[in-house]
Amino acid sequence: MSEIAVKMVGIRKTFPGVIANDQVNLEIFKGEIHALLGENGAGKSTLMNILTGLYKPDKGEIFLDDVHVDFKSPKDAIQAGVGMVHQNFRLVKPFSVIENVMLGQKGSSILNIEETEARIKGISHRFGLEVHPKAKIWQLSIGEQQRVEIIKMLYKGADILILDEPTAVLTPQEVNDLFKILRNMANEGKAIVFITHKMHEVMDFADRITVLRAGLSVKSMMKIDTDTSELANLMVGREIARGRKNTNKTIGEVALKLENVSALNDKGLLALDKFTLEVHSGEILAIAGVAGNGQRILSEAITGLRELTNGKIILYGEDLSNQSIREIIDKGVAFVPEDRYGMGLAANLSVIDNVLLKDYRNKKYGINFLNSNTTRAKAIELVEKFDVKIPTVDSPVKMMSGGNLQKLLLARETDIDPKLIVAVYPIRGLDIGATDFVHEILIKEKNEGAAVLLISEDLDEIYKMADRIAVIYEGRLMGVLPVEEAKLEVVGLMMSGTDVREGDSNV
Amino acid sequence: MSNQNKRKIILEKRLQTPKWIGLLVTVVSVFAALIFSSVFLQMTGQNPFEVYRVMFKSAFGSSYGFSETLVKAIPLMMASFGIAMAFKMVIWNIGAEGQLLLGALAASVIALSFPNLPSIPLIVLMMIAAMIAGGLWALIPGLAKSYWNVNEVITSLMLNYVAINIIDYFVYGPLKNPYGSNFPETETFVRNAWLPTFASTRVHLGIIFALLTAIILYFVLNKTRWGYEVKVIGESRNVARYSGMDIKKNIILVMMVSGALAGLGGMTEVSGVVHKLDPHLSIGLGYSAIIVAWLSKLNPFVIVVVSILFGGLINGGFSIQMHGIPAATATMLQGAILFFVLGGDIFARYKIRIIK
Ligand SMILES: Nc1ncnc2c1ncn2[C@@H]1O[C@H](COP(=O)(O)OP(=O)(O)O)[C@@H](O)[C@H]1O
Ligand SMILES: [Mg+2]
Repeated sequence: MSEIAVKMVGIRKTFPGVIANDQVNLEIFKGEIHALLGENGAGKSTLMNILTGLYKPDKGEIFLDDVHVDFKSPKDAIQAGVGMVHQNFRLVKPFSVIENVMLGQKGSSILNIEETEARIKGISHRFGLEVHPKAKIWQLSIGEQQRVEIIKMLYKGADILILDEPTAVLTPQEVNDLFKILRNMANEGKAIVFITHKMHEVMDFADRITVLRAGLSVKSMMKIDTDTSELANLMVGREIARGRKNTNKTIGEVALKLENVSALNDKGLLALDKFTLEVHSGEILAIAGVAGNGQRILSEAITGLRELTNGKIILYGEDLSNQSIREIIDKGVAFVPEDRYGMGLAANLSVIDNVLLKDYRNKKYGINFLNSNTTRAKAIELVEKFDVKIPTVDSPVKMMSGGNLQKLLLARETDIDPKLIVAVYPIRGLDIGATDFVHEILIKEKNEGAAVLLISEDLDEIYKMADRIAVIYEGRLMGVLPVEEAKLEVVGLMMSGTDVREGDSNV
Repeated sequence: MSNQNKRKIILEKRLQTPKWIGLLVTVVSVFAALIFSSVFLQMTGQNPFEVYRVMFKSAFGSSYGFSETLVKAIPLMMASFGIAMAFKMVIWNIGAEGQLLLGALAASVIALSFPNLPSIPLIVLMMIAAMIAGGLWALIPGLAKSYWNVNEVITSLMLNYVAINIIDYFVYGPLKNPYGSNFPETETFVRNAWLPTFASTRVHLGIIFALLTAIILYFVLNKTRWGYEVKVIGESRNVARYSGMDIKKNIILVMMVSGALAGLGGMTEVSGVVHKLDPHLSIGLGYSAIIVAWLSKLNPFVIVVVSILFGGLINGGFSIQMHGIPAATATMLQGAILFFVLGGDIFARYKIRIIK
């Protein structure tokens, strides 16, 4: 076995209201590529920020080559040979590669450009990190900028290199190039850690894997000793309570039809890839998947917030593709977005103003004026009907708790008698009471004939709520199963990107 | 632990700022600005109390002084309304100066072109032309912002300088008074193009327009469907988009209304006060109006009050000139007030606590 480079023992880190890491143990070995795998929010970045001295752990110890260390800052860490490439690059755009590498270098105040350039070239050749030292950062592609970050760390003498979600911004070709470079580095004895939530990268490129879930280190193993289905189960957790909440079969005609829908994410990369799906009236169709696999893009494509690059979206025979958001709302599409504050509700506006968001064009509030008596009455009606706890309907919604916010949002969205409800992570961050309430509302709407598209990362929720389960992975549909036939193992495998549609028998 | 007993001052965000704190902070900030400026006055050998006394007395101490203060306040109000409208939607229209000038130019062209029209149609025509000109001038940064997301601060500001040059071109060129001496100004408008004034003062009908505009603007912003859209878009573009609001269209619309109001301020100034177009018409009214709008927290009624105070400041600034004190003192005070009110805002938004 190879030599231990880093050992983290019993790490705990809390932020106000969240335990980001607890009792986390991690061993990193020289000459290996180590994958830190876990869902969004599992605590991966926090753990690595602790290792590089950015955060101070509440508890726990770190050993480097068996020596106890206590880094006060990333500077301490890099001096000891631990360097990190963050998700957001820390490069000065108008400066050249050389200048960026030299920035923050201690020592002689006379900067020797030729010497630095020579050393950069040396590092480039040694590991295959091709980049032009004199190029300005803004001229470089994202992949090249990432290489500059890596060079920066190597230049400073990193023997342990950590990369936080390095592939999130890369194209598949760039991903392959990156891991070739990382392999070169491992072969020279460096210890590499990369953070990801993508199963196939782990299986393709890692030697050793540690899975984090909800702040805990669940398990560490060599890649050859595991498989995707085990990893999927470790990531999302096994314990699924099978008590159904959605007990009536009310499934009706086809309401929503997606035909080969494609769309790009904010970085311009393909995030939804020829997605084809049908949702029926009176049905809850759950989209299962590890967060960040195109769920948000899917929800935005359906509701008109994101342009389609391909395909068609049809609601009861009417083409919604690339219609305006307004028209789509008017066709009866309700949207419970992932982002309650940033999108679904305006934090500083009153309850009344927030209740009106979707309905303010309704002439019942007045022709040009908005009758304040009518709007107030509407707000009070919804607040009472959904038992939203607020001081007054004039208070800004930022004073409300998460559960009450979500109730208010659902009250508004279901008030227009939607034909389709798109709900994205609707129970994220809610307590059990609020969760039950949200689920009751969705089931009631479904029983009354609405088609419900429930996007969730919580298999527990999915098994309680769904009539059918569709799995999304890297923007593609992996398959659709009726909930009765959806074995947890199969769903887990599909979530990890394994195609099980033909070969069901050997699972 | 060594630093266990160390006291620390921390800022804690307030969930809601009580109204009285906001008011208190503003009043205290204005006083702080007066004190701050008095240091400068002292250094230049003036007695600050005397300067402030003279300024106050000439601005508010007599009915004549107050009437002159109101005259100065009218264009400030109009431009501030326009600015407030745009700022409500978080569109930073810094171009009121230019929009006001273009409004004045358009009104002047009408007044000089149709000297034979009866008074009411002529004045109405001048108002319409001024609003269209100001609105179109603001449309340029509006379109650039809306379609190419060009920063409106830069474009609207730069257009102010273009506007000044356009005015210069006209008063030195085509509109220059053919009978006058060599001054760069137009000939005086016919009487029909003058806004009527009250009694023996120079306060003109424009003040009624301004007060009406305040009421209308308040209702538009707070009671109409469009005002609601402006509020939501200003609060969060994301939420507005999610709700199906047309952000592009509203940016354009708001910029045009904003420019039209400033343009109307230009019209009332040429038609009500100067009775001709001269290049020194504005001397930074459009910039002062930004300060007024901001101090007023974009509330139209507060704008009326603050404009009168600032009108007093400008008016008082002229008077102290006669005592040998630079009129720039008034400008310095304006700047200092804005500086302190902006700085004081932190006390309105945060609680200060000392912890051990
Ligand atoms: N600086 C911070 N302040 C407060 N909470 C934080 C901070 N950083 C992370 N968290 C919280 O800690 C948890 C773990 O976050 P993170 O380590 O970023 O997860 P991951 O990188 O696995 O997605 C999350 O619930 C996140 O909201
Ligand atoms: Mg992270």
